[in-house]
Amino acid sequence: MEHEITLVVNGTARRARVPGRRLLSDCLRHDLGLTGTHVGCEHGVCGCCTVLLDGEPVRSCLTLAVTVDGREITTVEGLAGPEGLSPVQRAFEECHALQCGFCTPGFLCTVTALLRDNPAPAEDEVLEGISGNLCRCTGYQNIVKAVHRAAELLAEERQPSTGEAP
Amino acid sequence: MSTRLFGEPVRRREDRRLLTGQGRYVDDLGPDALAAAFVRSPHAHARIRDIDVSAALDVEGLVAVYTWEDLPDRVGRPLPLLIPHPALTHGRTAYPLARDVVRHVGEPVVMVVAADRYLAEDACALIHVDYEPLKPVVGLEEAAHGARLVHDDVPGNVGARLLQEVPGHDGRSARKAIEEAPHTLAFRLDIERSASMPLEGRGVHARWDGTDLRVHSSTQTSTSVRMAVAAALGLPLPHVEVIAPDVGGGFGVKIVHPWPEEILVPWAAMTLGREVKWTEDRREHFISSAHERAQVQYVRVGFDDDGRVLGLDVTILHDHGAYTPYGIIVPIITSTQLLGPYKIGAYRVEFSSIYTNTVQVTPYRGAGRPQGVFCMERTMDKIARHLGKDRTEVRRANFIEPDEFPYDQGMIFQDGRPLIYDSGDYPRMLAMLKELIGWDAFERRPGRGIGVGCYVEGTGVGPYEGGHVQVTSDGRVHVSTGLTSQGQGHETAFAQIAATELGVPIERISVVTGDTRRFGYAVGTFASRAAVVSGNAIALACRKVRAKALRIAADALEADPADLEITDGTVHVVGTPSASIPLATVAVLANPLRYAFDEEAARATQFAGASSPDRPPVAEGDEPGLEGRDYYSPIRSTFAAGMHAAIVETDPLTAEVRVVRYAVIHDCGRLVNPMIVEGQIHGGVAQGVGGALYERMVYDGDGQLLNASFMDFLMPYATEIPRIETGHLETPSPLNPLGVKGAGEAGVIPVSAVIASAVEDAEGFPVDRMPISPSELFDLRRRHAGD
Repeated sequence: MEHEITLVVNGTARRARVPGRRLLSDCLRHDLGLTGTHVGCEHGVCGCCTVLLDGEPVRSCLTLAVTVDGREITTVEGLAGPEGLSPVQRAFEECHALQCGFCTPGFLCTVTALLRDNPAPAEDEVLEGISGNLCRCTGYQNIVKAVHRAAELLAEERQPSTGEAP
Repeated sequence: MSTRLFGEPVRRREDRRLLTGQGRYVDDLGPDALAAAFVRSPHAHARIRDIDVSAALDVEGLVAVYTWEDLPDRVGRPLPLLIPHPALTHGRTAYPLARDVVRHVGEPVVMVVAADRYLAEDACALIHVDYEPLKPVVGLEEAAHGARLVHDDVPGNVGARLLQEVPGHDGRSARKAIEEAPHTLAFRLDIERSASMPLEGRGVHARWDGTDLRVHSSTQTSTSVRMAVAAALGLPLPHVEVIAPDVGGGFGVKIVHPWPEEILVPWAAMTLGREVKWTEDRREHFISSAHERAQVQYVRVGFDDDGRVLGLDVTILHDHGAYTPYGIIVPIITSTQLLGPYKIGAYRVEFSSIYTNTVQVTPYRGAGRPQGVFCMERTMDKIARHLGKDRTEVRRANFIEPDEFPYDQGMIFQDGRPLIYDSGDYPRMLAMLKELIGWDAFERRPGRGIGVGCYVEGTGVGPYEGGHVQVTSDGRVHVSTGLTSQGQGHETAFAQIAATELGVPIERISVVTGDTRRFGYAVGTFASRAAVVSGNAIALACRKVRAKALRIAADALEADPADLEITDGTVHVVGTPSASIPLATVAVLANPLRYAFDEEAARATQFAGASSPDRPPVAEGDEPGLEGRDYYSPIRSTFAAGMHAAIVETDPLTAEVRVVRYAVIHDCGRLVNPMIVEGQIHGGVAQGVGGALYERMVYDGDGQLLNASFMDFLMPYATEIPRIETGHLETPSPLNPLGVKGAGEAGVIPVSAVIASAVEDAEGFPVDRMPISPSELFDLRRRHAGD
C-alpha cells in the first residue's frame, strides 16, 4: 500500500507516494531526486545519510519516509544560501576536509547542527560532535580543522567586521 | 596572476560540486533504471543441486531472473585472470554466476531484475537454492595443510609458489650467510585480514540504445572495464563506452574488474532493452568484493655485532581467498618491498599463495607492502633488542647510502622489471624523523613507548598513461586522461601541471578522467601512479601544444618562436608585451575554416589571409586544431619512501592502546600540490591505525564472516585517529620529466609496524601479530607476566 506524504525539503513542500517501508534516504534520493544525500551502510553507522529533521541530525537510512510526513528536512542541497556556500561548506573547502566527497554531505549536516548548538566548541567537543560519521579518505584531521574554521567564519558573520583591529 | 602552479597548495576544483550535493556517483544516475539484486551463497563451500525461482515469479514489478544456465556462452565464461604469472600454476577465477559449486559466502548465484531494488530483493528472498554443503577450508595453515580442497583440481590449495634468491656480495646464499652469522634469530609473524572499505560500494549502470552500450561503473579502471565488457558481450570496442563518474573511494578494491556485475548488468540492459542499475549494499561489499593483508611469515635472520643484516630468509603463506583474478601481485609486492630502505647481505624469499573458502584477496592500499614492512621492521627491532642497541641505530647501519643510487636490489618487481631504486636520502629522512618526534629525548616508562618504521614504495608503475590537451577557440583548455579518480584531487593536480606547462590561468582549464569517450587508452589508478604516469603524460602533451602554439603565433607575429613565451593565456614576444596574440586566437588560426561561426572564427576563413596561398592550409605532417596527445611510459617504477614514528600509551587496566603522537617524514619526489599530498598521508595513516588496532575480518570455522557490518568491523572515527605531524623531503626522481614519485598509498604502509614497535616498547615483550586488540594485549601481558 502506498501513502501520500508531504515533506518540507530545503524550504519547499514536496509530495511523494511511497510504500510504508520506503527509507527516507531512498525517498529523498529516488522519489525526490535529491541525490546529494548518500547511503554508505544502511544500518545507521557511517553517517553518510545524515540530514537535518526539524533542525536535528538524523540518519535518513534508519528513518521511514512515512514517519516524517509534514516535517522539515534540510539536505546538503539546502545548506548553501543565496550568497553562496555556507560557512561550514566554505571551511571544508578551505581546509581540504574532503577527498572523495561521499561522506561529506553527512558531515556538513552534522557540523551545521553542531555549531548552531555550540558556536565555539573545544577540541574534544568537535571530536565528540563528529564521532558518529565515518570518513575513509581524510583521516579526519582536516575535518576537525574545518569545524574550528567554520566556527570562526560563523562568528565573523554574526559580528560583521568593523574593519578595525580588535 | 601566476600560472606557475606546480608545487602550490591550490584549492581543489572538484570540491564545489561535492560540497553542494551536485556530485554524480553511479547510484545518482538512471533514476528510471531497473534495479538488479543478487541471491548470494550463504555457504562457504557447497554444491548447487537445484535452483527454484518459481515463487519469485509472482512478485509485482519483477522483470527477469537469471541463473548461470541462462547466460549465453561468452557471458557465462569464467571471469578473466587479469595478471597471469608463470608461478601462478593453478590460477582460478569465478563464473559471473555460480555454476555448480560456490566457494565463499557471498558468491553470486542468481541475478534478479525488477522495477526497483525493494522489489528485486523481495524476489531474491523467494528464490530457493538447494545446496549440498561441503566442509569449507578456513584458516591459512589449515588450508596449506591441504587435507581438504577449495578447488578439486588444485592440490594442496596452492595457487602459486614463487622463490626469489639474491646472493650476498660474497656469493653466499642467504641460508649459508645466516648459518655463518655471529647472531641469528628465528620467529613467526601474523597479519590478519582487512579491506579497502570505501564508503561508496561498487555500482554499475548500463544503457543500451540498440547500437551503443554506455556503462557507468564505480571503478578504478574504466578503459579496462570497457575492453572486458566488449569482449564478454561480443561488441566492437567503438560501440562500448565506460565512464567512472564521481567515485566514493576505491583504495584498491575497485581496480579488480570485470566484476560479475560489470558483465551481467550491461548484458541485462542489452537483453531487456532497458536501463539497468545495480548498487552494492554494505553487506554485499563485505562478502562479495575483496579483502587483503592476511599472511603468516616465518623469518630467519643472521646479523653482525653492529646489527647489519648478513642474511634474511622469509617464507610467506599468503591467503588469496577463493579465486585469483588479480594473480599474485600482492605477495610479489610483499616479498620485494620487504627490503625497504636497506641493503641486506643475502636474501631468500619464498611465498605460497593459498586458496581458502573466503572472499578473494586483491590489492588494498599498500598492496602487500604493509605486510612486507611489518616483517622487515619487526626484524630490525628484534635485532636491536638482541644487541641492546637503539632501534634507529640498527636501521641506520643497514641503510642504502645517498651516493649508492640507482640501487639494484637484484630482484624482479611487480611490473616484471628489475627492482632498482631511482633516488632517495634515507639517513637524512631518519634524522628528520628523530628530530620531529624527539626520539633521543623520549622518556620511556612502563605503559608509554615509542616506535619507528621505515619503508620504500615502488610507485608509478607502467605500462603507460596518456594525456590529451585541447585549446578551444574561446581560450579554454580541455585536459583528459584515461585513468580514473576516487577522491585524489586529480582534476586539481593535473590542472596545475597544465597551467604551469602552458601558461594558462587554472580557471580556464578543465580536466576529465576515467571517461573512455574522452580518452580510450589507459591502465588505471593503482600503485600510487596517477601523478607519475598521467601527470607526466599530460605535461608532455602540454609541451606539444605549447610548441605548436608558439609556431603558429610566430607566423602571425612574424617573430622567431624562440623569442616567444606564454603568460596568462597570451603568447607574446619576450620584452615586447605589445607584440602579442591570445591563445584563443592561436587556436582559431590552428584550424583553417571555410565557414565562420563567429567573428573570431572569421579570421581563419579562406579570404581572411590566414595562410599563405603557396602552401596547403594544413601543412604536411600537421593537423588542424590546437591540441596534442602524448603518452608517458616509464622504464620502471619510481621509489618513494617514508619513515614514521609513534608514541603510544597503553592502559594498565583495560590494555587499550592510545596513539599519543604520530610523526611522518615523507619523500614522494617533487610535490605537485602539498595540500593534497598531506591529505593523502593523513588518510593513509588513519587506515593504517585502523589496521593496526581495530580492523579485522573474523571468519568462523564454517567460513561465515562474523563481522560483516560497520557495527562489528571497527573502522576508526575521528576519536580514534591521532593528530598527524608531517615533514617532507623532496628527492626528485631522475626517471621522469616532472621528477615526481607518488603519494597515494604511502601513509598506510608502515603503520602496523610502527604501532607494534611502540606497543612492544611500552610493554617490554614482543608484539608479533597485528592488529592488536585490548584483549589480545591483555592476554600477552598475562603470558609474559613471569618474564
